[in-house]
Amino acid sequence: MLCDFCKENEATVHFSQVVGDKVSKIDICEACAKAKGFTDPGNISMLGDVLGEFGAGQVTPESEGLRCPVCGFTQANFKKQGRLGCGTCYETFEAGLKPLLKAMHKGERHVGKTPQKAVTSQESSEHLKQLEKELSRAIKDERFEQAAQLRDEIRALQAKANPSTLV
Amino acid sequence: MKTSDTHSEGDADSGRLVVMSSRVRLARNLSGTPFPGWAKKADRQKSLESMKAVVRILPEMAGALARSMDEFTALEKQLLVERHLISREHAAKTVGSGVVISESEVISVMINEEDHLRMQALMPGFCLREVWQVINRVDSELEEHLNYAYSSKLGYLTACPTNVGTGMRASAMLHLPALVVAEQINQVIQAVNKLGLAVRGLYGEGTEASGNLFQVSNQTTLGEREEDLMERLTKVILQIIEHEKNARQALMEKRPQMIYDQVGRAYGILGNACVQSSKEAMNLLSMLRLGLDLDLLQGLDHKSIDDMFLLTQPAHLQKHVNQKLTAEQRDVMRASLLRDMLKDVGRPKTMLPSPPESTEPGREDQPDAA
Repeated sequence: MLCDFCKENEATVHFSQVVGDKVSKIDICEACAKAKGFTDPGNISMLGDVLGEFGAGQVTPESEGLRCPVCGFTQANFKKQGRLGCGTCYETFEAGLKPLLKAMHKGERHVGKTPQKAVTSQESSEHLKQLEKELSRAIKDERFEQAAQLRDEIRALQAKANPSTLV
Repeated sequence: MKTSDTHSEGDADSGRLVVMSSRVRLARNLSGTPFPGWAKKADRQKSLESMKAVVRILPEMAGALARSMDEFTALEKQLLVERHLISREHAAKTVGSGVVISESEVISVMINEEDHLRMQALMPGFCLREVWQVINRVDSELEEHLNYAYSSKLGYLTACPTNVGTGMRASAMLHLPALVVAEQINQVIQAVNKLGLAVRGLYGEGTEASGNLFQVSNQTTLGEREEDLMERLTKVILQIIEHEKNARQALMEKRPQMIYDQVGRAYGILGNACVQSSKEAMNLLSMLRLGLDLDLLQGLDHKSIDDMFLLTQPAHLQKHVNQKLTAEQRDVMRASLLRDMLKDVGRPKTMLPSPPESTEPGREDQPDAA
């Protein structure tokens, strides 16, 4: 097993932190353990810092340069403020946020209320897939009249899903 | 022993006594727009105006107060904080943030707080389901006019990752004097924390619990349905109520003299003091409320005690006299207001020294239970 920090040496020091029922683990080499300054396993607060740093910056070198395309927010901004810049930041910084969300919450997927608009678009995308399947089947079976009807229906649905194309 | 039927009825009853208020708040943001903390001032002003316009046309908001935060005086903002209608953080905001508060004050929508929208429903008593229904409807109505930042995987996207998912915080304000007096409160708080629920003071995060008031709320927002969370929270609150009830009963059985004494002292001081600090008043009012719950007081109801809690807060006092008051002046004003509010309330029941059945003159002037 390679060290989580330098990714070069064999990891010989293993730490686990248990928060609630969540366990975070790091495996590091002796040199990094010394460099990070925790050779005393009793130094829990230090361990927490290191784990935190690690969790927030899972892909540190690359993610430092990440910038949200919508709002221009960076990983460094997040470290400083603990808040994100916009909704799209959740996609931009997904890799770094994932372990954070996992440690913070009960689950990793939303299971609650869904805005009606999202329900409708989800339903219509499923409906669209269904229609496309039927269309290819109709073409295969040479039921061209029905295929034409299905094609019109699909076009109408697509237009509805992307109203901007109409305006 | 009680049957299970009367047991649950007893729960509902003591629920009303212990739970001061119930609240559910939802955090929502607009899609494709930077969160308020990251947006430029001009963008915040623009989004405030458009959101305010949408919020105030809701049927629930007929006759609502809708303002930008720079249109309030510092005192007015503090007043709203004391009424739990805006957060302390929001009170610090000025241009580019605002609030819409329904006429009944049940619904409040903060605009450009940490999130674009922080909407809450707040009602007295133990009614989490009801407040959820109210705010859920408001949210659904707003959603017709606004494009929320939402992902099917992470739910409602919020400025702070701790709120992502349902964006919901459900809470109840509990009055737990017996658990505090019996020194069991820390055990209860620890047990509640272990269940992933938070216990906070009167004004939320980072505030001290004065007046034996504690706010219990959920801590996580991702991976649990709103209804399931509400059910879990309700169950825990019912258990806390049960503990408080047992602690009261135990105190009345083992140390009745102490309870009578505490209630009597609270009545005596509140009804006669000329200088009254906020902290002392809160703690004494807590004892008075306990006395009322235990039927030791007459001529007083829960509504009036809860009013005393609120009206003796700093901003409410200043509003009452319509002028700025120093801390010292407030203590005098608070004492005077409380003396006035308690002047028609009869003396609490006292515990007679047990054996001799001598008639005391003081016992004859029992007040009318008006």
